[in-house]
Amino acid sequence: MTQEELIKDFPIIQNRQITYLDNGATTQKPIQVLNAINEYYKKHNANPHRGAYSLSIEATERYENTRDKIANFINAKSREEIIFSKNATESINMIAYSYGIENLSEKDEIVISIMEHHSNLVPWQKVAKVTGAKLNYMYINDQFELSEEEIENKITDNTKIVGITHVSNVLGTINNVEKIIKYAHKKGAIVIVDASQSIPHMKIDVQKLDSDFLVFSGHKMLAPLGIGVLYGKKELLNKMQPFLMGGDMIEYVYEQNTTFAPLPNKFEAGTQNIEGVIGLGAAIDYIEKIGYENIKKYEDEVVLYARNKLSELEFINMYITPNKEKHSSVISFNIRGVHPHDVASILDSYGVCVRSGNHCAQPLMRFLGIDSTCRASFYFYNTKEDVDRLVEALKKAYEMFKKYISIKKGE
Amino acid sequence: MEDLTDVYNELIMEHSMNSYNKKNLENADFCELGHNPNCGDEITLEIKLNGDIIEDMAFNGHGCAISQASTSIMIDTLKGKTVDEAKKIVKTFIEMIKRETTDEEELKKLEDAIAFKNVSNMPARVKCALLAWHTLENIFEKM
Repeated sequence: MTQEELIKDFPIIQNRQITYLDNGATTQKPIQVLNAINEYYKKHNANPHRGAYSLSIEATERYENTRDKIANFINAKSREEIIFSKNATESINMIAYSYGIENLSEKDEIVISIMEHHSNLVPWQKVAKVTGAKLNYMYINDQFELSEEEIENKITDNTKIVGITHVSNVLGTINNVEKIIKYAHKKGAIVIVDASQSIPHMKIDVQKLDSDFLVFSGHKMLAPLGIGVLYGKKELLNKMQPFLMGGDMIEYVYEQNTTFAPLPNKFEAGTQNIEGVIGLGAAIDYIEKIGYENIKKYEDEVVLYARNKLSELEFINMYITPNKEKHSSVISFNIRGVHPHDVASILDSYGVCVRSGNHCAQPLMRFLGIDSTCRASFYFYNTKEDVDRLVEALKKAYEMFKKYISIKKGE
Repeated sequence: MEDLTDVYNELIMEHSMNSYNKKNLENADFCELGHNPNCGDEITLEIKLNGDIIEDMAFNGHGCAISQASTSIMIDTLKGKTVDEAKKIVKTFIEMIKRETTDEEELKKLEDAIAFKNVSNMPARVKCALLAWHTLENIFEKM
């Protein structure tokens, strides 16, 4: 399939005359995903795991078949290792509460990187506060990367948990998670990989990575909002207490006590987001139909073009690694002297959607010595024309502010 | 798409980039921090009273052009007014931004601050324009 053909699958791109460059926040949805949800409600909707009637059994089958699909997609050893959640944030909270708080004590250390999204940071502050464990950070070098030395300095014999984002949602840096996992295991720690920004763009193989936990959100990979995945090694998940209590996660309930269902139901209390699961299944089908090689091919060409075009603008600061092979599809930048919110508003007036702000990464912003950035994040349906429109709008924004920036400099 | 030159106009740009109101006050009666955690806009507003008259006001801080200019222009508008007059103007400004008033007579009292009227068409920026005014409301509550 050519890129032009793919774009036709996205109704919102056809319906709105915009350049959508906020895929790191959420991607647009192809018609195949929208249709799958529609079909589910038109033909198969009932509460799964509940009814003895055939409609409910159909709903159950569709729900559980998607679990198989996801297990295959990320090469999990077993379907029971796939737990549905609301999003990556909820998945990490499950690990923090049901593993972190239960297993850590004062002498232990948690290690995360300075580029973590708040979702892989604030839960670990909570674990540290409750257990008395220490929360340590791996910092980035001047190329916006984690050096091997930094990894080996921070992960110690006392480290019990390492949380690492596979790809930074601000810098686009692809972290060397293979190295981190290997080293953490050598030190006796378990590793949680936040794959939210990587799985839309690259093949994930949890067995090859040997990650203990891996989380992602569906909506950043073509699926609807409100569906996420927690992958965990079976032996770890089995040892963990349930996170939420309620219906469907139980075995026997007595007046004062309850025994819990086996995996995966133990972690799926209450009626689940079935349409989200169905949509995620359709999203995976779509990604597999295109193939990660093609996704990479389309994106690499456009992102490289964007890097080159943006670096030609002398009024721009970019926050990306010079090593292209370690950079994914996110480009953070600022017009020097102009606040990113003003830039984003002006870009919006030219139909260009970028994110502006701290991107849920305040400690990283503080480390970089800035308040916020503009962020353009690409997906396979973005084209060189999108980049051209971004660049043209940036030139217009700069023109509007140019006169006043010099006043500021003269302060 | 909307033309934003009427929002990013000369007056707002000048105030945002190089405000004479950006300084410290000696002997301020009230000092209040205002911030929008989501975007990092942050201002510290200082106010000096003489009886019930706002004798002087100043601010420090950082943020987008709209939040900084709105703070500076608010100070120009309210300096010399009584606290009661100022409260009414603050209320009118907030109503203008939230599109809850179009009363021309009331809007006139906003003086230069009427320059922010078109921010009411930019929902994402409403909180930037209102930051200083809400911060001042917090000071009024403490009086």
